[in-house]
Amino acid sequence: MINERRTVLQVKGVSKDFGGLRALDDVDLDVKEGEIVALIGPNGAGKTTFFNCITGIYTPTEGDVNIDPYGGGFKRINGMKPNIVTELGMARTFQNIRLFPSMSVIENVMIGCHCRTKATFLGAVFRDPGTRKEEQETILKSYALLQELGLDQYADELARNLPYGAQRRLEIARALATDPFILLLDEPAAGMNPQETAELEELIVSIKDKHKISVLLIEHDMKMVMSLSDRLFVLEYGREIAHGTPQEISENPAVIKAYLGEELVDA
Amino acid sequence: MEGLKKSVLASLWFMFLTLPIMGVFVNTIDKSVTWHLDRVLYVGAAAFVLSYLWRFMLERKERGMKAEEQSAVEKVTLLNKLLANPKFFWPAVIAVAGFAIAFPKLFSMYQVNVMTSALIYVVLGLGLNIVVGLAGLLDLGFVAFYAVGAYSYALMNMYWGISFWVALPLGALLGALCGILLGFPVLRLRGDYLAIVTLGFGEIIRLVLENWAEFTHGPSGISNIARPEFFGLAKGFMAQINFMYYLMLVLVVFTIFVVNRLKNSRIGRAWQALREDEIACQAMGIDKMKTKLMAFSLGATWAGMVGVVFAAKTTFINPASFTFLESAIILSIVVLGGMGSILGVILGALVLILLPEYMRDFSEYRMLIFGATMVLVMVFRPQGLVRDVRKKIDISAVKKALGGVHD
Ligand SMILES: Nc1ncnc2c1ncn2[C@@H]1O[C@H](COP(=O)(O)OP(=O)(O)OP(=O)(O)O)[C@@H](O)[C@H]1O
Ligand SMILES: [Mg+2]
Repeated sequence: MINERRTVLQVKGVSKDFGGLRALDDVDLDVKEGEIVALIGPNGAGKTTFFNCITGIYTPTEGDVNIDPYGGGFKRINGMKPNIVTELGMARTFQNIRLFPSMSVIENVMIGCHCRTKATFLGAVFRDPGTRKEEQETILKSYALLQELGLDQYADELARNLPYGAQRRLEIARALATDPFILLLDEPAAGMNPQETAELEELIVSIKDKHKISVLLIEHDMKMVMSLSDRLFVLEYGREIAHGTPQEISENPAVIKAYLGEELVDA
Repeated sequence: MEGLKKSVLASLWFMFLTLPIMGVFVNTIDKSVTWHLDRVLYVGAAAFVLSYLWRFMLERKERGMKAEEQSAVEKVTLLNKLLANPKFFWPAVIAVAGFAIAFPKLFSMYQVNVMTSALIYVVLGLGLNIVVGLAGLLDLGFVAFYAVGAYSYALMNMYWGISFWVALPLGALLGALCGILLGFPVLRLRGDYLAIVTLGFGEIIRLVLENWAEFTHGPSGISNIARPEFFGLAKGFMAQINFMYYLMLVLVVFTIFVVNRLKNSRIGRAWQALREDEIACQAMGIDKMKTKLMAFSLGATWAGMVGVVFAAKTTFINPASFTFLESAIILSIVVLGGMGSILGVILGALVLILLPEYMRDFSEYRMLIFGATMVLVMVFRPQGLVRDVRKKIDISAVKKALGGVHD
């Protein structure tokens, strides 16, 4: 059934060199509509670099990144600026949280709405009805997102004063505010306790269904990855060593050898 | 105890250093040496007291900062609380406005003239505040745009006889244009690099004005620039000066209005976000270049506009009015007043421009006092005189609106 879905993100043969270091080597990956796909691999395997390459923060040395958000055919996006990529509907979070620390929680989400709103310099100065309406809608949309992620009681606080888990969720809320077709999460459960992780898992599924988006996530927590994702891709030293369903991955000898090993036996 | 020991050491060190200058006097005529050890002791005592005070203040400040971090609540100063209270705010605004309007009636022509200069710096400060305070771009060549405005009026007036009222918007436009032209290549740079390149640009503009003698009259400048026509209302020298003052007052109010609205808009939010984390900002879909360019050219617009007023006010300009020192003073106004804070920048401009005017007796020590003030403010009040507080989003109104939608 999954196979019949449309592919929304297709990455072909992407490589990235940092000087002499090949951080990514000929990586293929695809994500289909409504799917949750995980990208796993040991520390330093190149997962974050992969995210940076497909979101425009880095330009891949080789390869193609194609997207097809609405079924109108593929569009090649490598080399585009990060803000254009976001405008096209790819939203991400960061492994090392990157909120706007001295802006309030709701303002952080409102920044996410920036690329979907239009108020210009003149609008800001004259505050015409159109601008006022847009601002009001931005506030309401942001607050609704905060409610959805259980952050509404913090709306007024500064982002830097939030507890750690809430900061991670705020990053997700901010990314959702850009109206993406795919959400890229870089280790969303890092530093969370098992209960928080379980809640996050539920949250990701409900967000995916409610907003009708796909999710691509990097995660080290094997239990979460195995139960959450439809398919997995495994990186090691920048190379893709396996991909498949959680079942297939957990039985793949190369993966077991490279990375999962004992952890999987425990799970 | 530790502090005492350090202060004693500091004072001993100072006594040693000043001994040759303050303590020993060699009389070359009768070849005798006189010792003034008492003076050295005074120096030591002063150094001890100052060093102890300094340390005490620093410690107190650090403790304050820790407490602030622990409380995790945004510190709201008394001033900010008062300003947020409409019962205080509006009467204060009316009082200040009344005073400002009555100013030419209450004070001498000289005072009015000085105040007009100060208001020019208020607008310059608020313009630079968009660039430095709101968007976080360190611009050390701001005076270049001021020069562009001033010279555009002076030259247009000299060659084509263009009147002040036409030149005012044209000067602003030219300022904006220069801002965009310079900003486009330069805004790729960050922080210190940007500062150095803008500094260079400021000097280039000044050097061009100085050396392109056939066109700009070079270092001797342009004189006899026409004062503005106030539709035949301002007859006589006195009335002219008063009208100039009121014109600046109107410009100040206009600037405050625009900057305030910008600050609390979609664009102002994007500027602040850009200041805090560029990468995250871009990942949220904000066009870094466009947003920075907008701040940069808006700042330049205001500089160009007041440049025109400056040329009309002094009726004489030359490149010496647009040196780096001028940029440094405008930047100091913003930093001293409080980056981002409109009220702070206004206070900063009034303090930095009016104080030296009224302390002419100390004019020899002017730069010394200026430097010492800046150091003290930066150490003990890095946020400036008035801390910038952004308008909060009214959450209770949002809840009400959402409640209305749902049930
Ligand atoms: N900007 C850069 N310049 C040079 N080398 C880099 C750069 N970014 C990443 N690398 C290198 O690329 C490799 C992959 O790093 P990356 O951050 O993508 O790993 P990761 O899979 O995300 O690891 P982790 O699980 O620890 O987050 C590492 O060896 C890293 O040192
Ligand atoms: Mg990583």
